[in-house]
Amino acid sequence: MNSSALIHALLDGVLTGSLYALMATGLTLIFGVMNIINIAQGILVILGAYLSYTLSVHFGIDLFAGLVITIPTLFLVGIVVERLFMARLKEPERTSMSILVTYAVALIIEGGLNMIYSINIVQLGAWYVDRSFRIFGLWIPYIYMFGFFLAVALLGALYFMLYRTRFGASIRASMADQTAAALIGINVKRVSTICFGLGVAVTAAGGMVYGATNAFNASTSYDLISRLLTIIVLGGMGSLGGALLAAIFMVTLGDVIAVVWSPIWSTPTFFFVLVIVLSLRPQGLFGKQSTRVA
Amino acid sequence: MSKLKPSLWTLALVVFAIFPLIVTNPTFTTIAVFTLLFMACTTSWNMFSGYSGYVSLGSAIFYGCGAYTMALVSTHAHMAGGEAQFWLVPLAGLVAMVVAIPVGAVALRVRRHTFVVITIALFFVFQLLAINFSFTGGAAGISLPLIPWLFNYYNLPFYYVALGLVIFATLLSAGVRRSRFGLQLLAIRDDEDRALGLGVRVTAVKLTGFTMSAFTIGMAGALYAMFIGQIYPQFVFDPTFDITVALMAFFGGFGTLLGPLLGGLILESSQQYLTLTFTNGSLYLILFGVLFLLVILFMPQGIVVRVSQLWAQRNRRRETPLTPDAVAAMGVGH
Repeated sequence: MNSSALIHALLDGVLTGSLYALMATGLTLIFGVMNIINIAQGILVILGAYLSYTLSVHFGIDLFAGLVITIPTLFLVGIVVERLFMARLKEPERTSMSILVTYAVALIIEGGLNMIYSINIVQLGAWYVDRSFRIFGLWIPYIYMFGFFLAVALLGALYFMLYRTRFGASIRASMADQTAAALIGINVKRVSTICFGLGVAVTAAGGMVYGATNAFNASTSYDLISRLLTIIVLGGMGSLGGALLAAIFMVTLGDVIAVVWSPIWSTPTFFFVLVIVLSLRPQGLFGKQSTRVA
Repeated sequence: MSKLKPSLWTLALVVFAIFPLIVTNPTFTTIAVFTLLFMACTTSWNMFSGYSGYVSLGSAIFYGCGAYTMALVSTHAHMAGGEAQFWLVPLAGLVAMVVAIPVGAVALRVRRHTFVVITIALFFVFQLLAINFSFTGGAAGISLPLIPWLFNYYNLPFYYVALGLVIFATLLSAGVRRSRFGLQLLAIRDDEDRALGLGVRVTAVKLTGFTMSAFTIGMAGALYAMFIGQIYPQFVFDPTFDITVALMAFFGGFGTLLGPLLGGLILESSQQYLTLTFTNGSLYLILFGVLFLLVILFMPQGIVVRVSQLWAQRNRRRETPLTPDAVAAMGVGH
């Protein structure tokens, strides 16, 4: 094995890892605020990719410019799903029920996408998908760089909102303690709805770059969601920083394994690491120790 | 919890026992075999997940392991296709149990909702392994020995073995429900910390329940492999199997004895019939998803509980309305 391939894998891992970090942050935001696990996140990424596909193929809109349309669209999809289904879930077993409900939503979207786009595998196209540039003697397609910048910009915006604005403070308050947040006058219901919308909206950006770097169809969503779930469990459910680090770590590790060993083993490695980490730290790397919920 | 009289259970058993003798059309008996397999799996799933509240979305791990045990042993041992293969069914169940021990040991380290997520992740590990290992035949799957039974007779042995699995799973589930062990599982569902405080060895109880439920699911997987005669990793390690089994249990009645049986009976038979009628798989996914949503959102306790509630309401309405006079007459007034 040569070292340039290894450096390539590391670079690739960091670049694509940021994208997974973005998608996993959406998932963590939803879980942290609402205690809901959104299994539909994987298929929503694919929905985002297909929306970009339609805009670029049928309307000739550039992939990045199309985000102006797809991000608000998926934000609305998130709001509708939250209002229609999530708001109706009741304790007890709310989290388990949310998994089943979002799974059902995922199946419906998968069926719909299969009907509209057929099961043929497609990939998004643009000049920056086909062309590469040279850095440290390595050829990197432009889309990886652009995708990285997009993910960093969106994550930056998300973090700025969470940690520097009043609304962000109310989100974090709701993540810490819903009852206490409600007592100090935060409209937890509204915060939940918007968080779900935001958590889903990031899949538009994630889906666009995913669709440009991978060939996909609706059933690709199973691979995506299992990776994303692994990332958030590994990072510690509900920990935003944990999701970020776990995403970069896991994707980089997967890429390195693909180079060192075989691409076949890159996804299983994901899960083996998860199994090992959970045996040592059941709450994940950055998760809080599970406490008794009355 | 709704109770069915012993006479009704017996009647149901008799109906199931004579069904393939009356309905001989192979299309319908094939549907019946699949339906029985799902009834057995759902009952077995419910014996752990329904009683303990730990919803597992990884039951296809055991189904797949059972199917691969049947396929690998019968091909490597050069068995002639036929009755002898049925002896591998309990073996496949045991293999599934052995697999369930490490899977459960990892997944059960965490509390409920993380458990669900980990069972999904572990399921994908198994699917990937089945595709990537060479001894499993990879994505091309495995062909089992051909069974030289006549077309009209073929379904009959499978039907009765599957019925046997349903009876076994039901008796086991009923036995667990009445035992001290079953009460411990229910205590975990109600309040795990309190159960722990009262001296229930929660980890051991959960792992035992999880492993026990793998047994029947593994046997069903083996029977499925033998029935179909050809297995592929993506069809025996199928994510929709995980979710279908859970849906059937929720539809019938999560944590009840009768619920999973009814859920499997109604949903699998109608699903098989629908797939025969509409061959469009995508439309089927949408219908299935919509049905699932309706069940979870509007009947979260399942049809068994809902129907018995309605029945009780109706009976109450037929009784004398509670006027102040009637209350006084009953002597409960002051």
